[in-house]
Amino acid sequence: MIEVKNIHKSFGDAHILKGISTTFEKGKTSLVIGQSGSGKTVFLKCLLGLFEPEEGTISYDGKIYSELGSNEKRDLRSEMGMVFQGSALFDSMTILENVMFPLRMFTKQSKSEMQDRADFVLKRVNLEDAHNKMPSEASGGMQKRVAIARAIVNKPKYLFCDEPNSGLDPKTAIVIDNLIHEITEEYNMTTIINTHDMNSVMQIGEKIVFLKDGLKAWEGTKETIFKTDNEVVTDFVYSSELFKKVRQMYIEERN
Amino acid sequence: MTYLNSIGAYFIMIKDMFRKPTKWSVMKILIFKDIDDLIIGSLGIVAFISFFVGGVVTIQTALNMTSPLFPKYLVGFATRQSIILEFAPTFISIIMAGKVGSFITSSIGTMRVTEQIDALEVMGINAINYLVFPKFIALMLYPFVISIAMFLGIIGGMVACIYGGYSTIDDYIIGIQLDFIPFHITYAFIKTFVFAFVIATIPSYHGYFMQGGALEVGKASTTAFVWTSVAIILLNYILTQLLLS
Repeated sequence: MIEVKNIHKSFGDAHILKGISTTFEKGKTSLVIGQSGSGKTVFLKCLLGLFEPEEGTISYDGKIYSELGSNEKRDLRSEMGMVFQGSALFDSMTILENVMFPLRMFTKQSKSEMQDRADFVLKRVNLEDAHNKMPSEASGGMQKRVAIARAIVNKPKYLFCDEPNSGLDPKTAIVIDNLIHEITEEYNMTTIINTHDMNSVMQIGEKIVFLKDGLKAWEGTKETIFKTDNEVVTDFVYSSELFKKVRQMYIEERN
Repeated sequence: MTYLNSIGAYFIMIKDMFRKPTKWSVMKILIFKDIDDLIIGSLGIVAFISFFVGGVVTIQTALNMTSPLFPKYLVGFATRQSIILEFAPTFISIIMAGKVGSFITSSIGTMRVTEQIDALEVMGINAINYLVFPKFIALMLYPFVISIAMFLGIIGGMVACIYGGYSTIDDYIIGIQLDFIPFHITYAFIKTFVFAFVIATIPSYHGYFMQGGALEVGKASTTAFVWTSVAIILLNYILTQLLLS
C-alpha cells in the first residue's frame, strides 16, 4: 500500500502539487486522471522518488521514503516497476535483453535462470516470438507489452504506468489495460496508472484520483465517477462527444 | 551565472561518475562496446587523415625551404616535430571531438529524450556511472589511436617526400631521428590523456543534461563540439606552457 500525506512540490515560483493526500491499495489498479498540466506526471515522479516533495510524506507499506537511507531507497526502487509513456526501451538491446536487464542489474541469477524468467514474462504478455527483435522493429503495442514485461520481470511490489495507452488504437489499448489489471491481481501489486483515457477509467479504474491544478478534486471508483455531481469531474469526463451521448442515453433510460 | 551553474553541474557529474558503481559483469560489456564504438570505430578516419596530412606537412615544409643553405634532412625533422608535438595529439583530438563527441552527445541525448535515462534512474541505477564511466574508460585507450596517427603521419610524410622528389629517403630518415627528445613523446601523451578525458566528459554532460526533443539533440551535439574544442585548445595552451617552457 502507498500512502500519500499532504505532499507539496514546486519548481521555482510554480507551485505544482498543493497538498495531495490519498492511499493506493495493494492488489488494486488505481488511476490518476486529470487534464494536461494538472500535476499528474509530477505526482507520479514524486511517487517514484524522482522528485522529492518539499512538504508531506509518501510511505510504501509503512516505510516513509524521505526517512530512508540511500541504500534503503535503492532497495525500495528495485521493488518498483515503471511503464513509461514512450515505453523507454533500451534501443541498443534486443527485446529479450531489455526484459532481462533488471535481473542482470539486481539479481545474482545465472544466465539460464534469467532467460527462463524473461521467457515466462514475455509469454505472459503474449510476446513469445519476439525475443531477438530490436525495439525499433516492434509496433507501438508490442513495445508497450515489452515495457510491461520489463517492469514486472523482477516481481515488483509497486507498478507505475505513465499514459500506457497513448498512441495506441482503442483495441490495443484495451488489451494493454486488461493486461496491467490482470498482472496487478496476479502479483498482488500496488498499481498506479496516470491517464486521461476515459476508456481505461471505465475498464480498470478500481480507484480513481482526479487532480486539478495540483489539488485532489475528487476520488472514487469507475462506478461512482459517472454518478458524481462534482462539476469539475463531469466537465472532464463528458468532454468527448462519445461520452456526452452515452450520458444522454443513460439519462433518457433512467427517465 | 548560467556558465558557472553549468561548470558546477559538470564537476558534480564527474564526481557522480565514480559513485554507486554498476555491477562489474554489466559494466565490462559496456566498456567493450564503447571501445568498439569510440576507439576501433575511429581508426579508419584517423589513419586516413594522419597519412595525408603528414604528406601535406612534408610538402609545405619542403616548398618553404628554398634556400640551398638548408640541409634536405630538415624536411623530415620538421615533419616529425609538427606531427608529434601538435598534429597528432591536438589536431586529431579536434577531429575526435567532432566524430566521437557528437556520437556521445547524440546517443546519450536520445536516451534522455526517449526516457531511457529516466528508466535507469527509476530502477535505482546511477545513470551517470552507467553511461559515462564506460566511455571514460574506453577513451583511456585514446593514446593508442594517437600513436597510430603519429606513425602514419610520419610515413605519409616520407611517401610524399620521396614521390614528390623533395629529398631522399635517407635524408628523411636522418631528419626524423635528428635531435630526438623523448620527453616530447611524454608531453604528447600527457596531452592526449587530458584530451581523452575532455572528449569523454564534455559531450556526455551536454547529452545527459539536454532538455527537449530531437531538434535539441542536434543542437546539443553542436554545442558539445564547440565547447570540447574550446577546452582542448585552452588546455593545449596551458599544458604546453607548463610542460615545455
